[in-house]
Amino acid sequence: MTQLTNDEIKKVAHLARIKVDEQDVENLQHSLPNILALVEKMSSVNTENVKPLAHAFEATLPLRDDVVTATDQRELFQSIAPQVKAGLYIVPAVIETE
Amino acid sequence: MHNKTISQLQTELKNKKISSVELTQYYLKRIETLDKNYNSFITVCAEHALKQAKSADTDIAAGKINLLTGIPIAQKDIFCTAGIKTTCGSKILDNFIAPYESTVTQKFLAAGSVMLGKTNMDEFAMGSSNETSFYGPVKNPWNLACTPGGSSGGSAAAVAAGLAPAATGTDTGGSIRQPAALCNLTGLKPTYGRVSRYGMIAFASSLDQAGPLAKTAEDAAILMNVISGYDAKDSTCVNRDVPDYTADLNKKIAGLTIGLPKEYFIAGLDPAVEKAVQTTITELKKLGCNFKEISLPHTELAASAYYVIAPAECSSNLARFDGVRYGYRCENPVNLIDLYERSRAEGFGSEVKRRILVGTYVLSAGYFDAYYRKAQRVRRLIRDDFVNALKEVDVILTPSTPTPAFKIGEKLQDPVAMYLSDVFTIAVNLAGLPGLSMPCGFDKGLPIGVQLIGNYFDEARILNVAHQYQQVTNWHNKSPENI
Repeated sequence: MTQLTNDEIKKVAHLARIKVDEQDVENLQHSLPNILALVEKMSSVNTENVKPLAHAFEATLPLRDDVVTATDQRELFQSIAPQVKAGLYIVPAVIETE
Repeated sequence: MHNKTISQLQTELKNKKISSVELTQYYLKRIETLDKNYNSFITVCAEHALKQAKSADTDIAAGKINLLTGIPIAQKDIFCTAGIKTTCGSKILDNFIAPYESTVTQKFLAAGSVMLGKTNMDEFAMGSSNETSFYGPVKNPWNLACTPGGSSGGSAAAVAAGLAPAATGTDTGGSIRQPAALCNLTGLKPTYGRVSRYGMIAFASSLDQAGPLAKTAEDAAILMNVISGYDAKDSTCVNRDVPDYTADLNKKIAGLTIGLPKEYFIAGLDPAVEKAVQTTITELKKLGCNFKEISLPHTELAASAYYVIAPAECSSNLARFDGVRYGYRCENPVNLIDLYERSRAEGFGSEVKRRILVGTYVLSAGYFDAYYRKAQRVRRLIRDDFVNALKEVDVILTPSTPTPAFKIGEKLQDPVAMYLSDVFTIAVNLAGLPGLSMPCGFDKGLPIGVQLIGNYFDEARILNVAHQYQQVTNWHNKSPENI
């Protein structure tokens, strides 16, 4: 199955938090099936007994001593934020008020 | 002057034939007058660079010469540079001033180099032609109608045009080696974990690796000495001694066994590329190398697995760009979802959005096993192919790209055709191995590259082979007309 419906594309776009209009959906209908067809070539090989490989060396995360290394840089980090007030990041109200 | 290598410039600086300030002014002047033809820089740091050059001259006068003291370098705009704009080629970061320094650029600072500026790139390193940049396409100095390759296309074009002696790149599926091939440079993607990814804006974290784009293998080795090494700030960075990559460059390569994977010499390979690669093989035989046909049976599946794994990791990594903490925010959001959805829709370009959507799809409930899990299993098969082959041979040789540079606009409407221009480089990232591209010929005035793949942490050996090859050939010394 390499053809996605318009609703499926809109659902994925919402999951990815990217707004799409009808024109975007139409454009994606042209390009996504070819990409998924490329991807589906994988089904030609049987991988039943092959362990998934997430990382070239199957590295485990190294442990370090539990010491504080990061310093408070709130002002520096907030200096590049789109909107801040009293040390807080400002976004549209999430909880509705009466 | 601009045709000189780092190694030659180091001699001139040391012998006080030129000062770092003069050298820096020379390159800044070239960028100012010539870069309008190439669009290879997003940000030029003239004032900052001259300050660094002045300080380098003081050090040189005092005899304090470090690995790169006084040498101008261009940095790909994917590395966070404190106080200097870092865009990653995207509108979403057009106003982003990084609050901290990446480890790679920090190492360049510590080595005494001068940063000329930040180079253009495909948006978030997603592209093979530098056409997805918010700042416009980069033009190939060998033919302005052609792309320089990507995603490190600005870095490659800047070095090929003599606007910088060398530059940094990053490589997730070929983004150093493919532009190196298309612009007649030597480019090296190190072993995964050799170079810290701290402060390098992430695309696909299990594949991304930084490396040099240089005129010669010797320069690439000098830059590897600067950037390699363990960094506690990157948990995937490997704690392993760093050799002096220049130490073995002059070692003779007679007796070395080089593997030719039959799956890379297939129908569809441009005849001119095949011919140039065959000539390289002849040259290396003269130097005493033995060649052996090998098989990497799962090669054909590399692009398929890559275009699941890379988008999956990208969709996760790029979730951080939300219009809340930094970067672009849409106008007048009506609620939080609208803020996220419109900031991302307006801030990202179409290729980046396409990859985020593919990644979100392959990770979504119901498809995870069929796509993502499957791709990880195929990844193991591809890795094991290389591990087995490298038990029989010391180095693997392949073409770097299927064709020389293609025209701007040629593949832009066909994402899969664009993806397949990296078909010879992708598997190396999935396996985590080091790979190098070096110049090996021309077709109709466009450069051709050949790829050398080494075993894990065996960068010194592929640099050695490349350097020996460059002692008996002249391809790497050629410059575009008028440069």
